[in-house]
Amino acid sequence: MNKSFIARNPSVLIFLSILALFTLVVTVLSEGFGVGVISTSFVKVLGKTLCLCLIAIAMDLIWGYAGILSLGHFAFFGLGGYMIGMWLMYERTRQIVVGSLSEGVLPPTPEEITAGIGNQIFGVVGSSEFPLVWAFADSLVLQLVFVLAVPGVLALVFGWLAFRSRVTGVYLSILTQAMTLGLSLYLFQNASGLRGNNGLSGLQNLPGVTAPQSVVSLWFFWASALALGLGYLLIAWVVSGKFGSVIRGIRDNEARVRFLGYSVETYKLAVFTLTACISGIAGALYYPQAGIINPAEVAPIASIYLAVWVAIGGRGRLYGAVIGAAFVSLVSSWFTGGQAPDVSLGFYTVKWVDWWLVLLGLSFVFVTLYAPNGIGGLIDLFKRKRKETDA
Amino acid sequence: MKTLLLALCFALSFSSWASAQTHLVQDVLQSQRTLIEESSRNTIGPAIDALVASGLPQMQTVLEVWQAKDMWQRKADGLFFRATKNADGMYTLRSLDTGAEVSTAASTDLSQLKPNSGVRAMIATALVQFQLSDPDPVKRADALVSISRDPGAALLAPLRAYITAETDEGILARKTRLERLMTMAYDSDVASRVAAIDQMSGDLGVDFRATLNPILTTTRVISQTPPEANIAQEVIAGSDALTRELAYALLVAAGDAPVEISKEARDTALQANIEGGRIAGFPVAQLSTEAARDEAYDALVSGNLAAPRVTSADIDASLANVRFFDVYTEPSQVVTAAAEAALAASETRVAISQAADLGLDALSLASIYFLAAIGLAITFGVMGVINMAHGEFIMMGAYTGYVVQLFVPNHTASILIAVPLAFAVTFAAGVALERLVVRWLYHRPLETLLATFGVSIALQQLAKNIFGTQARPLTAPAWLDGAWAINDVVSISYIRIAIFILALLFFALFVFIMKRTRLGLETRAVTQNPRMAASMGINPDRVNMLTFGLGSGIAGIAGVAIGLFAKVTSEMGSDYIVQSFMTVVVGGVGNIWGTLAGAAMIGGFQKGIEFLNPSNTLAAQSYMIIFIIIFIQFRPRGIIALKGRAAGD
Repeated sequence: MNKSFIARNPSVLIFLSILALFTLVVTVLSEGFGVGVISTSFVKVLGKTLCLCLIAIAMDLIWGYAGILSLGHFAFFGLGGYMIGMWLMYERTRQIVVGSLSEGVLPPTPEEITAGIGNQIFGVVGSSEFPLVWAFADSLVLQLVFVLAVPGVLALVFGWLAFRSRVTGVYLSILTQAMTLGLSLYLFQNASGLRGNNGLSGLQNLPGVTAPQSVVSLWFFWASALALGLGYLLIAWVVSGKFGSVIRGIRDNEARVRFLGYSVETYKLAVFTLTACISGIAGALYYPQAGIINPAEVAPIASIYLAVWVAIGGRGRLYGAVIGAAFVSLVSSWFTGGQAPDVSLGFYTVKWVDWWLVLLGLSFVFVTLYAPNGIGGLIDLFKRKRKETDA
Repeated sequence: MKTLLLALCFALSFSSWASAQTHLVQDVLQSQRTLIEESSRNTIGPAIDALVASGLPQMQTVLEVWQAKDMWQRKADGLFFRATKNADGMYTLRSLDTGAEVSTAASTDLSQLKPNSGVRAMIATALVQFQLSDPDPVKRADALVSISRDPGAALLAPLRAYITAETDEGILARKTRLERLMTMAYDSDVASRVAAIDQMSGDLGVDFRATLNPILTTTRVISQTPPEANIAQEVIAGSDALTRELAYALLVAAGDAPVEISKEARDTALQANIEGGRIAGFPVAQLSTEAARDEAYDALVSGNLAAPRVTSADIDASLANVRFFDVYTEPSQVVTAAAEAALAASETRVAISQAADLGLDALSLASIYFLAAIGLAITFGVMGVINMAHGEFIMMGAYTGYVVQLFVPNHTASILIAVPLAFAVTFAAGVALERLVVRWLYHRPLETLLATFGVSIALQQLAKNIFGTQARPLTAPAWLDGAWAINDVVSISYIRIAIFILALLFFALFVFIMKRTRLGLETRAVTQNPRMAASMGINPDRVNMLTFGLGSGIAGIAGVAIGLFAKVTSEMGSDYIVQSFMTVVVGGVGNIWGTLAGAAMIGGFQKGIEFLNPSNTLAAQSYMIIFIIIFIQFRPRGIIALKGRAAGD
């Protein structure tokens, strides 16, 4: 079965080979294990980009294949990051606190350690008590489960409510956007228990690991590449089978699929929840590389950018989503990082730091109007041309 | 003191008679010379009273000079003068009677009167009575303010004395009110205090409640039997009002019980008794739990090396012996009872007023949401076009207002110019957007959302490039400043009233255009069935363009209104976009009454949640969104759903 699936989808194999090759090249060129052409910070940028590609293919599954424009998947991404961030921050703070308390005359008691960690973590929001949401922060296993479970359950509840009342199309988009806004506003307040607008920080330091950042960054890079590869394989498999046909049917004509006897809501809910879980994983890999997570990351605009990447890359084809996410986010950081040369028009100098968003917005309008298939569409065009010449 | 003040009143009422006497200020001062020279808070009273009782018109100036430390005494003959220092270091002496220059003297020949702060305060009190009868109403009003800022029993009599003579009605009302308030607090007669309290019972003023609160202050007294005092209540240790810990802490503070050994004190004692890696026989390394540390400490105690711990049983035993009472500092029980009743009545009325105030707040928030959403009600509600750049049209309107104010300094004129100009600018922008982008995507709503979002980020960044990131002011005309205060609790700023009226105007305008004009008719026709409308001779392209422009133009005017009370920034549009869509969706797409209902509901609920959890407006918005998601479960098509063919799909 698996073999025939790969055989039926040569693009999957091609993509996985390219990903493996890319990983190998980056490893060889990195500072941690290789010749040191690629700096540690750039390895992190590439690792983060792979995570963004992962959430982009999840977005492609729900939007490109199932036709649901969700403007809330970055909320799930952020939640995944928060879940792993809680453990990272707790465990690292615990080690620091235990270290400093051990210098005292008396050996520290569990109560003293807990109070010390509480002070360290929640001092910035004027508290020292552990909020309820941190109840399991000391357990890596549970927090890893939460990386999947929290976005999954939120998506399940929200999706169930939304789909069962037949909220579709733009209404669903706006509703998911409202959910994201609600979540980010909630996280912004200190009472949320997740340090308000300070967010969680110091996530790049793995507790108990003495290896330098150049090595740790590669670990995360590999993990991100592995997750992207597995995610790609999973989604490609999902859309290639009958399930894929049904959700494409829902995208094209929901009423007709319903009349054929399929439970449209169940299919939508399954896709929504699956993609939310994948987004959670992507976030859990992204934020330890970014080092910090705060509620601004969850703001509605981020989810809209996600849609922009997928649209520019090309919907309904997974490699399109990967190309879009990688291309736009890397170009974006190139332009906004001030590396792009300014263009002098004589009377006015175009500074890309200021004008990049204008360009992005307009090119987005252009893509929507004239190239609905995005960059991926170019590959289709190329394929078709070759077929024509073959014939 | 009271008799003195009565005498003083008497003297003042006959001031015309008194001034007919040939007394001079200097004579009066000389008669009180020893007291004035001594200048002590405890003895100066009669001297000041005598000065005031003389009834001389110059006495106010004399007191002011004295208070300002400008009164000097000539050492040679002990006469008092007003002295000013000259450039050459000599002092010019002026008569306190006539103000005429008398002579000059060196500072060695003079001694300055330096009343200390206590004496100066007494002088100030004496001066108040002059101010209260000052011919200038501003000064009289100032005197009232200074009395209410620092009231005292001594001021009550002069205040009463000048009520009847007051001619200005406003000041008379204030004087009377202040007199009532001070009667409550300072009158020596219990009956008149109670009468004053009862008379003002239920008053909403902050000053009334501020006067009652000190009357009702209590102190907590530890005693075995009820003390001989005005007892407010007995407090039971261990109840919510007084926890066991707090009660025991009170006992400790009173010296009636030994201090509890805190964890820190225990650990300090443990550390002080380490001998060869052991504490009282316990190895130090084993003391990593609270229980082990307690055990080690108890071992120290039995070796008489530390004070015994206070156990829970000890605390109970100490608390069993005593009772706690809250005792009013005010001795009269009648007064405190009346004050309690009056305060309760006030609080009820304050609560009602607060509810009314909340209602007004909700109404003004609802009108803001309505204003922000009404343009969307046209483009999204009627035409079904998702315009994510709607918020940026609001922003463009606000920036138009800002630019107009750069050129037209008069705020009233600039707003009157800005409103039509903002409409024109955003109408043009809307038409351009419709022509260039939206019309190609009428059958692809999701793509419209994304394309207009692209426009939105481009416009936002463009505004940032032009106007910078800092907030720009859009100043309201002066006649919109201030607030309409119905009482001390309920008030609403004029700007919010203006926005409310503007929202109503827009509502009427919208209904008029849709129901009574050719454009409205054509819009409705094109929305329901574009092809049929086209075959009836309507040009759908033109109608769509104009309708979209109209919706955008209204967003521009809303931007001017919103800019008047919020800061104008490039991101202001994104603050409103999600709420606006929510308003339209919750209200019911395609129906302006629905938008109105949606705005009212969202505004009302948000204010309601904020009221229940006032410290946290961010949380209020989160809960609001959860509420909306649940609401849509029950009414997926909004509060007012279109029925039949118009509903479309």
